[in-house]
Amino acid sequence: MRIISISLLLLLGGVLAYASGDLPSRGDPQAPASVHVSPHYIENSLVEMETPNMVTAVLADYRAFDTFGEAVVVFTAALSCLLILIRRRREEEGDEGREGRA
Amino acid sequence: MSLRFDSGLPEGLAGSAHRGMSRTYHSLFVDVVTKAMVPMIQVFAFYVIFHGHYSPGGGFQGGVMLAASIMLLRLAMGQEESFRRFPPDWGMLLAAGGTLLFAVLGVLPMVFGGNFLDYEYIPFLGAEAATRRYWGILLAEVFIGFLVWGALVAIYDALSGGGE
Amino acid sequence: MIWQLDFWLMVVLVIFAIAALEVRDLLAAVGILTGYSFLMALLFAELGAPDVALTEAALGAGLTGVFLLVALFFFDRTSED
Repeated sequence: MRIISISLLLLLGGVLAYASGDLPSRGDPQAPASVHVSPHYIENSLVEMETPNMVTAVLADYRAFDTFGEAVVVFTAALSCLLILIRRRREEEGDEGREGRA
Repeated sequence: MSLRFDSGLPEGLAGSAHRGMSRTYHSLFVDVVTKAMVPMIQVFAFYVIFHGHYSPGGGFQGGVMLAASIMLLRLAMGQEESFRRFPPDWGMLLAAGGTLLFAVLGVLPMVFGGNFLDYEYIPFLGAEAATRRYWGILLAEVFIGFLVWGALVAIYDALSGGGE
Repeated sequence: MIWQLDFWLMVVLVIFAIAALEVRDLLAAVGILTGYSFLMALLFAELGAPDVALTEAALGAGLTGVFLLVALFFFDRTSED
């Protein structure tokens, strides 16, 4: 079983390493991801919002909707974590009294 | 130091196993270092939040650092002391308040005729469009920081059995 | 952009990952995972992404370790397999 999983992992890693040869090299200005809207962000973020850090400009202004979704995801994670864990603890207390065991 | 994690709650990492024996020894150093470190971590976290326009960082990173400082308090001081300094209700309050204020910041430009989260249309943030967007980014970062701070502390309290 | 640094960081990263999977003591696994996250942050910083590196250092090397440690309070320390 262990041999099978290791060989499967090696196969997957080999396929990924083979496929990564077709990716554009890091920082390539002609890569498809960096010819569409990136030049506009790079040239205009300082003029449009007085912000030298382009990462902040993209995260909090150009792509603020993404950031808002991310914030809601974090809030929902905290809320669901709280609800699930507190409900489970209440059930345990109903069964045998958790404080006495601790 | 033998760490046997069969007791219930993390009442300070060091003193959980042999509480009566090693409490004074551990509490001296841990308390002094904690009391010295926590304000510095929080000042650096606020620097990371408010300096996000010019250096790496922003609301998320600063909020994580603020949550880390509160967790250092929780781990080092035990529950009574740290709940006195940061009550467990505040976690969810900060998270909900941050999300709500961020949503209000998003809806506010729509009131004045712009798109969702288009800070340029909020009139009282500044005179020029670029200045308005600058302050809009800063407000969004601060709200995200409070949200992440509260959410992570709330998760920690739920996990360790504190925030009932 | 020093490829030797990239390469050796990747090698040590893989070693840390395998060690975190293979070690029996779960507390040691949490420590190794924290070291893995820290190396990951170093790698991000070396690749020219300081924002991601800051997030990884604060979240991966700081908070995830604390969360796993708290979860470890409720279980046995040794892993089954």
